[in-house]
Order: sequence, then structure tokens, then C-alpha cells
Amino acid sequence: MSPRFSAVHLLVVFVVIVAAAPLLLSSFYVTLLNYIGLYALVSLGLVLLTGVGGLTSFGQAAFVGLGAYTTAALTGATVLPNWLAWMGGSPWLGLVAGLLLTLVVAVILGSLTLRLSGHYLPLGTIAWGISLYFLFGTMDTLGGHTGLTGIPPITIFGWVLDEGGEIFYLIWLFLFAGMLTTRNLLDSREGRAIRALNGGMVMAEAMGVNTARSRMVIFVIAALHAAASGWLYAHMQRFVNPTPFGLQVGIEYLFMAVVGGAGQVWGALVGASVITILKEWLQDLLPLVLGAIGNFEVIFFGLLMVLILHRAREGLWPHLTRLAPQRATARPIATTAEPLQRQVPPPAGEVILEARNVTRKFGGLVANDNMSLDVRAGEILALIGPNGAGKSTMFNQISGVDTPTSGEVLFRGKSIAGHASREIARLGMSRTFQHARLLPTMTVLDNVAIGAHLRGRSGVLPSAWRMDRAEEDRLMAEAARQIERVGLADQMFNEAGNLALGQQRILEIARSLASDPCLLLLDEPAAGLRWGEKQALAELLCKLRGEGMAILLVEHDMDFVMGLVDRIVVMDFGRKIAEGLPDEVQRHPAVLEAYLGDVE
Amino acid sequence: MNSQVGPILEVRDLSVAYGKVEALGSVSICVGKGQIVTVIGPNGAGKTTLLSALIGLLGSRGEVYFDSHLEKTPDVERMVANGMVLVPEKRELFGGMSVQDNLQLGAFHRYRRGERHLQRAMDEVYDIFPRLKERRRQLAATLSGGERQMLAVGRALMAGPKLLMLDEPSLGLAPMITREIFCIIGRLRESGVSILLVEQNARAALAVADYGYVLETGEVAMQGEASQLRDDPRVIETYLGLGKKHQDRLAAC
Amino acid sequence: MDFQIALFLVQDGATNGAIYAMLALALVLVFSVTRVIFIPQGEFVAYGALTLASLQSGQIPGTLWLLVVVSTIAVLAELWRCWRNGLPIGLHGFGWLVGYPLILALLLWYLPLASLPAFVQVLVALAVVVPLGPLMYRLVYQPIAEASVLILLIVSVAIHVVLVGLGLLFFGAEGLRTAPFTDASFEMGPLLINGQQVWVILVSIGLIVGLWRFFSRTLYGKALRATAMNRTGARLMGFSPVFAGKLTFLLAAFIGTLSGVLIAPITTIYYDTGFLIGLKGFVAAIVGGLISFPIAAAGAVLVGLLESFASFYASAYKEVIVFTLIIPVLLWRSLTSHHIEEE
Repeated sequence: MSPRFSAVHLLVVFVVIVAAAPLLLSSFYVTLLNYIGLYALVSLGLVLLTGVGGLTSFGQAAFVGLGAYTTAALTGATVLPNWLAWMGGSPWLGLVAGLLLTLVVAVILGSLTLRLSGHYLPLGTIAWGISLYFLFGTMDTLGGHTGLTGIPPITIFGWVLDEGGEIFYLIWLFLFAGMLTTRNLLDSREGRAIRALNGGMVMAEAMGVNTARSRMVIFVIAALHAAASGWLYAHMQRFVNPTPFGLQVGIEYLFMAVVGGAGQVWGALVGASVITILKEWLQDLLPLVLGAIGNFEVIFFGLLMVLILHRAREGLWPHLTRLAPQRATARPIATTAEPLQRQVPPPAGEVILEARNVTRKFGGLVANDNMSLDVRAGEILALIGPNGAGKSTMFNQISGVDTPTSGEVLFRGKSIAGHASREIARLGMSRTFQHARLLPTMTVLDNVAIGAHLRGRSGVLPSAWRMDRAEEDRLMAEAARQIERVGLADQMFNEAGNLALGQQRILEIARSLASDPCLLLLDEPAAGLRWGEKQALAELLCKLRGEGMAILLVEHDMDFVMGLVDRIVVMDFGRKIAEGLPDEVQRHPAVLEAYLGDVE
Repeated sequence: MNSQVGPILEVRDLSVAYGKVEALGSVSICVGKGQIVTVIGPNGAGKTTLLSALIGLLGSRGEVYFDSHLEKTPDVERMVANGMVLVPEKRELFGGMSVQDNLQLGAFHRYRRGERHLQRAMDEVYDIFPRLKERRRQLAATLSGGERQMLAVGRALMAGPKLLMLDEPSLGLAPMITREIFCIIGRLRESGVSILLVEQNARAALAVADYGYVLETGEVAMQGEASQLRDDPRVIETYLGLGKKHQDRLAAC
Repeated sequence: MDFQIALFLVQDGATNGAIYAMLALALVLVFSVTRVIFIPQGEFVAYGALTLASLQSGQIPGTLWLLVVVSTIAVLAELWRCWRNGLPIGLHGFGWLVGYPLILALLLWYLPLASLPAFVQVLVALAVVVPLGPLMYRLVYQPIAEASVLILLIVSVAIHVVLVGLGLLFFGAEGLRTAPFTDASFEMGPLLINGQQVWVILVSIGLIVGLWRFFSRTLYGKALRATAMNRTGARLMGFSPVFAGKLTFLLAAFIGTLSGVLIAPITTIYYDTGFLIGLKGFVAAIVGGLISFPIAAAGAVLVGLLESFASFYASAYKEVIVFTLIIPVLLWRSLTSHHIEEE
């Protein structure tokens, strides 16, 4: 039995079991399964938001409440104002209205809170989680703490879903659709950008990814999942009150995602099941043991959570997959896919990059002082100088990571100083980093494919529904081509974090090449390489130069530099102290003094 | 064996891995009492990793004998208490505190052991670095590059170290100040402190040191008496290269 | 609103603001030294107040049993660590972990709790609750001290949930109020000043001055500040981050418990009241960017005043107003602070 077959097989068996469940189980267990489905849908959003994107939210319950209250207000017993009356009565209109309202609220909250860096975001979610909850409880039109009643059941083509065993199918259909689209999304161009959010934002921006947009996308998707769950909940319970939408429940949703395995689509289902079943069981059992009334299960869950974060931060799902047969192997690379379009390369000798009098001050410290340099197509320029001379700062000024205090940077005649690094990437400049910035748990192939981000078009919806495959094939084929070009073909499906440090640097070059640049900025590409690897790198750079690429590199290995580059600029204390051919520079008195330390 | 008196530090087969990537593989080095030993090598060779592992900032495998005690897993607090001090590449000063407070904190583990009279130690540091005394009330963050390095070394001396480990002390410093620092390194040996010096300024380092190691891609590629390494054609070609004799002057006091 | 009501609101807001200021200082301290966003801070407030209430009614507070259980676990953890690393097992390192809870339990068993003088009751409440702070650091945060701020935050939320659950178990769902330290009250012009409110403000000023002296005059205080400024630098001086963590949590637990003891006579405290009080300290701490002590203290007074005026104008929306305030503040902070990615 091939491993691929058994993974699919397991999935089919699972779906059949789920489909048969309402027919076989008592209504108590069907209700339990309904809750699991509802909770899993919310934690699925958190898998994307927190597990993959690294944005923690404690406020998802408020979005569930938004979905539930919208449909409750529109379809329930409340008398609607005239201008809204046309929407009343239909649960499906309630769903649409709930999703739209959630979309609006999420975009507003997102544009306010997503700008917050690091830990401020989760604190923000706590704050608006509490605010929305108090709002539900205090607004008279929403029934205050008693809530709203008289919500009708959902009807599909005349079939009324007023039994637990009926709405069950709708809940699990929503859940499976959510899991499928989330999985598809993660395995796509947009998905790679989303996976880069967690610890790779500077890199992703340098590759042209709009990380602010990607953050908003997952925030909104997570909110919509929550709102859909709220809609289903309202029509299952047929009444709503504020209790299930408080911060406490928001915290529980996060627990579910983390317990299940916050980076895994299936982790959402596992986490929701474990927590829901344990809760049911503990609520019965613990009072018997401890002999009093209290919230014992939350004590237990809290401790469980701490234990999981101490011992198994990746959650339960990875442990479960170790028991099951191996997952399917990676998708083969479509070598026949039509190559991606390339930009017309600039004619050799054209000035590609020109920095004019660039100065960058940090407080009193002048890191770059009136620096000028230019790079031409088909030329390799080296920037050398002692550690701390300001070479990396200069790199950051050119590549848009930082903005010069004064001076100008022209790229192919356009001023780029002060532009975001992703806009500069779009113009055809690509860089590597001094300390390799890659996503260690993604494959070499996926890492390089991020470089080709700007050469694809597919958005979120086509990716979620697999309408991006033709383009995806072309992107992957391009990534594979660049990996072969730099000599990492045998590592293609390895995790990038397993490469030696020198190879990680080479991977960064492949990633840059995948963006089809006309200027490469390389920050110490030869550091950590062995002699033979340096030779190979030099050959590759020579070849690129021959094809008309302009290359600017910072490097300390003088053997490597002197034998390879066309011109050299020497920096010290933020200033340019010499410029010229390698032979000239080696004899230049100022260079001898600064770099080699003559004090006379 | 490069030591006559017996080593203060002996390292056998030390390896360090970042995740699954090996940054340092089976490095063995030795520092004799009262010696200056230098480790040179290109960026990314693992020099800083070596020092961080020795003092316990990074986990490692191997054997570290410090002052004849075997440390299987060095622990920063214990190593400092036993007399090993590191002046890191980034200096790691307490920018928002005065020079004097920085120096006081250098003697923290002595204070904790009950030594309350640290004024003499402070005076000694001020003797070596009179500039620090002038600026003792100034915030560390407002010092110039050279003064920051002096403060970092002075703070380390406040701990009364048996072994002083210096990571790239000349980094980003003007040649004049670099020479001053190297002069002081030479003088410290006379006061009985053993020194492990990591430098990119290979020629100057080899001029002041007794013994040297060349580290390449995480392994010891060469070692020998500093004077021999200085004249070794391979070292000259790779690390001293263009320098001819210019760097010698840095270490000439 | 006339002048007198306004004065009354200011007085009320200032009292609450003083409490929030103390909590904000503790939160800033804990965050800057350990990177832990200390959500359970509020639970120390509630535990302090409710433990004192239990003592005054002559009962042994449930927090004592928590202390006994937690120290037992800590002893086991220490033994395990010694055994794992092949260290000699002796009581020198953690003798107090065994001795302290035992002695305290015996004391509480034999003392006539209800008839003790008020200040002794306060001391006993502090003695029971405060050690939970360093113990919490040892068991919960020390093993994951290197984890990201987010992981530490999720753990903090989990611990908050556990402590609220335990609070319900120990003290029940009923709200409690303690006897005031003083029945004195003064008239100042049109204003009637309650003695307890004076206590709150004086103690919080004293505490803030004391902390300031600790951080600027003593080497241990300086070492804590140094850890906050530069963790690696402090480690290289031989100042253990474990020790720094325990010391910080001790201070934070002390401040939290003390706040609880102080407000217990003026506010009815429930097992879950602490969270909202703590969060308001948070809003203040965040105004200070979790780094600046003076701005955090000023923010705290602002939050206190805002809350008291909001409760006058729109009491139902009091919490909504206070917590919605945080969003523009957060936004302002993230726009003004440098954008550096946390890797």
C-alpha cells in the first residue's frame, strides 16, 4: 500500500464516519459533535492567524458574537426598524449580513490593531474583546444580559434544520470547506507570504510581499470563520445571550488551537475535540471528586495549557501524525511548465544604481557620511572596509530597509530613497542578508519560491479554491531552476533550517535570482563557505555578470574579492576613503591605513 | 601543549550546534596561566560562538576545564563566579546607567559574595583608564566608541578575573584607539591576568599574543606560537595578506 | 454636575488611580526584566483582599493550602533537577521551600486569627500570598524563560484562568469586604475625606518612593535595572536571570497583594474582580509603553479619573469606555515607537 493512498484512505474513512454519526449516536453526542464542529471552525481561523501567521488573538469570541447577534437581531423576535425590515426573517440573509458586518468591523479593528507590533496586538484583542462583550450585554436592543430569543431554524430548499442531527451536516460542511480552503491557501503563493509573517517579515518585504496586506487577510479570514460559527450557533440554539462571547471563551478558543497544534489545519479539529470532550467529562467528574461547585475544568485546562507550552509547544497533531502512515510526498515539479516572463535586461554598461551623497545619522552617530557609489549592468562592485564601517547600513539605505537622513539613491534613474523595500523589489533589485533570513521549517523550494512572489498574480480566493495551479506550476518550476543553478538541487525538498550556514547563504542567492532582478545586493555571500564552495560561488557570479547582471557585494574575504570584482569602494567610519580597480585599491595609502591599521 | 605553568583553560572537543546546523565542530584549545592566546579567522568561522559557548551563553558538548575544574555544561553565573569574564563583541553596556554604575555592576558577584570594599578595584580601573574617571557620572550610552570599549574592559576587570576573554576589542575603533587597547592588553598580562583574544585584526593580535589558533568554518585549521604563525606563508596569504607590516605597529608600544 | 460632585469624582478617581499606578509599576517591572506580560497580577490583588477577609472572619484562607501545594511541587522540581544534573541533594538550596510553608501553616493553625490586631492580619495575608509570586516564576516561567513574548503571554493568560478558578474554589462566589484600617474621616471644605482613601494614597506614594530608592541606590536594584536594559550584559556580570525573575515576581506579588489589602475596605472584591483591576493597571502600563515608570504612573491616574467620570455620566458603558481607550493609546504607541521586527 503506497503511503499516499493510505492518507487519502484515512480521510475518506473519517468523512464516512462523520456522515454516519448522527444516525448512530444519541442526541447528547450529536450535540457534543455540533459544538466540536462550531468550536473547530473558530480555532481553524486561529490556526491561520496565530499558528501560521504568528498573530495572537484572544478576541475571537467577540466575532462569533457578532455573527450570532446579527442574525439573531434580523431573524428573531425583535421588531426591526422599517429601513431594515426587508432583511428580516431569512437566516441566509442573516449570514450574509453577519459576514459583511464582521468584515467591516474586522477591517476597522485590523487597521487599528494590526499595526501594533509584537505583544501589543494580543493586548489590543483583549481590550476590544472585553469592549464588544460589554456592548452585547448593555445594549437594550440586543436584549441586555437576557439576550434574544425566537430565532428561526435554517431552511435549505424547504428542508428545515430544526433538529441537532440535521444542522449537524451544515456545521460539518462549513468546517470541512473551511479546512479544505485553508489547506489550499497555505500551499500557494499567498500562503507562502502568510507563512513568512512569523519571523520573516523583513525578508518577505524585501521579496516584494506586502506583509501588512497579508496580516489583514488572515485577520479577516479568521474573523469570518468565527462569524460563520456564530451564525450556525445562533440558529442551532435558537437564542443568544452574551455569555458565550466573552473573553473567557475567547481564551478557550486560543487554547483549542494551541492544544491541537496551532500550525496545523487538523490541529483545530483535534484541539476543539479534546477540549470540548474533556470539558464535558470534567464538569461531571471533578465536582464528584472535589465535592464542591466551581469552575474546576478551567483550572485543569489552564494547567494543561502551561504543560503543553512547556513540553510540546507544537501541540498534539504532530504527535498524532507520527502514529499514522507517512503523509503524501511533495508535488512533483512540472518541468514542462511554461517559463515565467522575464524583464528585458538593461544594456551592459548602463548605470543601474547610483547613490549620491547618502548620509544616515542615528542620534549623534553618523553611520553613513556623504557616501556616493554607482553600479553598472554587467559589473561587480565590492564594498569593503573594517567591521563597523557602515557597509550594512549603506546596504539598508539602498534596499529600502532604512531611509537616508539626506542624499539620494537612484535605481535605473528613479529616486528610491524612502520607498518601501517591496516597491524597490518590484523595480528589479534583490538582496541577500548578512545573517541568512529564511524560514527554517519550510523546504528549500518553498523558500526560493517566495523570491518569485512578484512574478505571480493569484490572490486569496483563487488559491483557496485551487484555481491557481497553472501559475503555481510555473512559479515552482522557476524556483527549482534557480536552485539547480546555484547547485543546491539535491537539497530541494529539505527543510531550509537543516542546511549548513554557507548553504543557507547560497539559498538566499537563489531566492533573489527567482525574482528576476537586474541588480543583486549580496551581504557577505562567501562568509562561512569552504574553499571549493567559494570557487563555485565565484563562477556563478561571473556567469551572472556575463548575462548583464549588476552585482554589489560586501565581503571580507580579500582573496575572493580581488580575484572576482571589477571595481572596489572602500569605507571607513561611514565615509568612502577610496575607489578604483582592485590593484589600485590594494596600494592606496588611505586603505592601508584604515583597513590594515597603519597609524603613522 | 603550549603552556609551561599549567593551563587556566583547557577545552577538548567542543562542539556547538544551532538547531541542526553545526557551527563549531570538535574544537580543542588551551590557554596557559598568564598567557595571551588569540583566535583568528574569517567572519563566520565560529570565533564568537566559541567564546559564547565557553562562558555558557550557548549550549555545547565537550569538555571545558577551567582553573582545573571540569565544566560539562558551563553556566554563566558559575563561570563568572569562578573568574572567567567575557567582553562581548557588542560590548553589552548598560546604556541608561552611569559609567560608575556600570563599573559597580561589574563587581556584582564579588558584592554578592560579601566583598563590600570595591573602591580599590574601581580606583585601579580608573588608573588604567583615566578617561573613565573623568566621565564617571556620564551615561554609558553617551560615550564614544573607544570609551565604550574601555568601559567594557574596565567593567570586566572589576570582576577580578582569572581569565579575560575579549571578542573583537578593536571592532569599529580608530587605529589610534585600537593601539591604546592593544597596549593595555599587553599591560594586563603583566598584572597576571590570562587573556583569550578573538580578533579580526590578525596581525596586531599575533603581535601581542603568545600563542594563536586559526579557526575556519568551525574548526581549528592551524595553531602555533604566535611568532611562527605570523611568519607562516599560509596565514600571511589568507589573513595578513595585504598588510605587510602595518598592523605590527598597532601592537608596538 | 456641580463642583462638589466633580471633586468627589476626582477624589475617587485619584484613589483608584493610585492603585492602578502601583499595579502598572509592577507590570512594567515584570515586563522589562522578564518579558512576561503579567496578566495574573490582578489575581494577587483579589487573593490579597480575600485572604485578609478570610483571616478577619477567623478562617484559614485557601491560599495557604495553595502555598503548601505549590511549594511541595517546587521542592519536587528542585529534587528532580538535582538528580538530573547529578548535583548533590541537600537542603541548603531550598530549605526555606520546605520550612516556610510548614511554619506558616502551624502559625495559622494556632493563632486566634479573627482577634489579631488589624496590622498583624495584614502581615499574615502578605506572608501567605506574596511567596506565591517567586514560586510561580520558578514553576511556570523559569522553564520557558527564553520563549517568545507571545508564548509567555499565552502562559500568563492560562495562569490567570487557573488562579481565577482556584479563587472561586477558595473563597466562593460571594463578594467580600474587610474592615477599614481606620474609621477616621476629615472634612476639607466641601469634601469629606475617608481615612482609608488617605491610606491608599499615602502607601502608594511611599511604595513608589521606596522602589525608586531601591532601583537607584542599591546594587541589587541596579542589577535589576541592568537586566531590563541589557539581559546578556547582566548575565555576563554574573547576575542570574533566574534570580532576577524571582526577585521581580516577589516585588510584583508584594505590590499586587498590598493593593488588594488596601482596597478591600473600600470596594467589594469578588474572586474574579482582580482581572479587571489588573487590566486597568495594564492600560496605564501600556500608556507608558511597558517601559517608562513615570508615564505609566501618570497614565494610571488618568485611567482612574476617566473611570470615575465615565461611571458618573454613563455607568453602563464604564468598562467599554475604559477598554476602548486602550486602542487609540496602543495605536499612538506603535506609531511613535520604532518599528523593529521581533524575530
